[in-house]
Amino acid sequence: MTRTLLSTAAAMGLAMAMGWGSAASADTIRVLNWQGYGTDEDWSVEAFEKKTGHEVVHDYFNSEQEMLTKLRTNPGTYDVVLINSAYTPQAAEEGLIEPIDTSTMENVEDLAPDLRNSPYLVIDGKTYGVAWVWGVTSYAINTNDFETAPTSIEELWSPKHEGKVGWRDDAVEAVQIAAIATGQKINDPSDFDAIREKLRALKPQIRTFWTSENEWNQYMSSGEFELSTYWSGSASRSKNNFGLPVEFVIPKEGAIGWLDGLSIAKDAPHKEAAKQFIDWMIDPEFYVKWDTDVGAPASANTKAIGELAEDAFNRQVMGKAAESGKLQFMGPIDDTVRQKMLELWQETKTYYQN
Amino acid sequence: MTVAASTEAGSSAKARRGEARRIAVLTGPAYLWLAVTVFLPISAMLYFSLLSEAPIAGRVGQFTLENYQAFFDKAFYQSLMLRSLRLGAEVSFYCFLFGFPCALVLAKVVKGRWREAMFLLVIIPFWSNALVRIFSWTMVLRGNGILEQFLNAVIPGFGGLDLMFTYPAIVIGLVHSYLPYMILTCYISLQAIDDDLIEAARSLGASRWTILTRILLPLSMPGIVAGAVLIFVPVIGSFMEPRILGGRNGTFIGTVIEDQFTAVFNWPLGAALSFILLGCVLIIFAAFHPILRRAAR
Repeated sequence: MTRTLLSTAAAMGLAMAMGWGSAASADTIRVLNWQGYGTDEDWSVEAFEKKTGHEVVHDYFNSEQEMLTKLRTNPGTYDVVLINSAYTPQAAEEGLIEPIDTSTMENVEDLAPDLRNSPYLVIDGKTYGVAWVWGVTSYAINTNDFETAPTSIEELWSPKHEGKVGWRDDAVEAVQIAAIATGQKINDPSDFDAIREKLRALKPQIRTFWTSENEWNQYMSSGEFELSTYWSGSASRSKNNFGLPVEFVIPKEGAIGWLDGLSIAKDAPHKEAAKQFIDWMIDPEFYVKWDTDVGAPASANTKAIGELAEDAFNRQVMGKAAESGKLQFMGPIDDTVRQKMLELWQETKTYYQN
Repeated sequence: MTVAASTEAGSSAKARRGEARRIAVLTGPAYLWLAVTVFLPISAMLYFSLLSEAPIAGRVGQFTLENYQAFFDKAFYQSLMLRSLRLGAEVSFYCFLFGFPCALVLAKVVKGRWREAMFLLVIIPFWSNALVRIFSWTMVLRGNGILEQFLNAVIPGFGGLDLMFTYPAIVIGLVHSYLPYMILTCYISLQAIDDDLIEAARSLGASRWTILTRILLPLSMPGIVAGAVLIFVPVIGSFMEPRILGGRNGTFIGTVIEDQFTAVFNWPLGAALSFILLGCVLIIFAAFHPILRRAAR
């Protein structure tokens, strides 16, 4: 009896010691991201845990504003956070994220220099975000409805597609696409009247608004859209994963570029593990599997892009887009400009009604 | 005499106090619950609507009436409000048009087990998720959808219908969602009308139309009004049905308010628009108050 008790106690003590031992080297890091956006792929999280011993827990947001609010209201909770580089300066200024010492991260030097050193990510010489993936917002077509792929953004306004154009219900994106069509800067358009006119001219074309990738795929497959505004990474997923007859167009007038970076939250409880996780995320090995099996935006890591198949969308189309110099990257938007964009969009939507 | 009266008064006062205490004890938890779950959140929203920005995470908003001013400055808010009120009125009207005859049949024609079965048919849609119902409608209404195929099978050469992403599609979806409210409230009123009244009218030579307009409609007015109110209020604030079924015609005051909360996190403006909506509803009810009171009698 006493012997069993003793041995149980000893076993418990041993188990506790082992538990403590592993806790010292293994952390649980908390990642804040959009759901289903790379960092939470099961196979990757498992492999990361196996390699480093760190566990990864996710929390999600549905809009950039929500992400900022979560960081503001939960200081010291999150380790890694995904931030669209247009919002990184604001997050840095509000003290929601902290500078990252990238010298120990081995994959950082493979990042494309202009993305790695983007003025939105590197502020006052300090790196607030590590360039992760980038993509393009313009439009995608149903190849069954086109003999030759269009090259102009004006195709969205063409009377040929009356009642067959899909449009994302998002004020900033709507205004920015109209800004490109009217030859203006996307982050601070000068002529809002021209944008108002351009958006109003869309009225006969628009079939409906979409809000999520899933919705977009449904509308495209049921023939509601002949063409629709879309994101490059999602278009490649629609084509590869869902087998839809979809082709992404980068118009000659230009397109909206965006860059997503990974940042470390202010007072993150596990900074070292967070840095390891970010390094893992920009590793070519992770990216190639993510893009091939699931479909992903373009990697900021040139080595990773180089390891993709020769005809991969992110190598072919995105490579050309990057070289074309026609992309206008989304940057910080002033609060008053943003409010103006929203009002203009709501007013336009009211005008759209019969 | 005086002594007796005073003790009597004293004991009745005591009894009244005891009564008051009992009422307080019995209703207290309910009022406390209401205060915590309804009154506090609404007060917080009223407070937010008067601030320049939502006081979340150490941000400080100044008191301002700008959010309310925005409604009067921007004509499109006003036209959206009118559109939403019109939608509410139309959906209530169609619910009455289809719901009242259903309730009449249920209350006065069908008896026994059949009535239970038909009641079940009315209630069943309530058991499924509203979102699922609306997505089912998209399959019915869209071009070359179930409804169009059916009509073409019945009437050869019927052609396209394509109701999807139109105003009628929103009305159809909302009428389907809210019809049971009208049927149930009308049924209760109609059930309470004594069958002898109808018999008497008939024996005096009243036509069916006279019975309907002189007896059934006036006497069931409380049910009709209750149903209309239950439908009108949620419909003017609805955002999910218009967004999915209405396409580019689906912008209403409800969808704009939802945008303020979810897309741009402008809680103060969203709250202000909500209170203006509430104000409009109260004004409408106040204007109709005499009619409503007569109806409820």
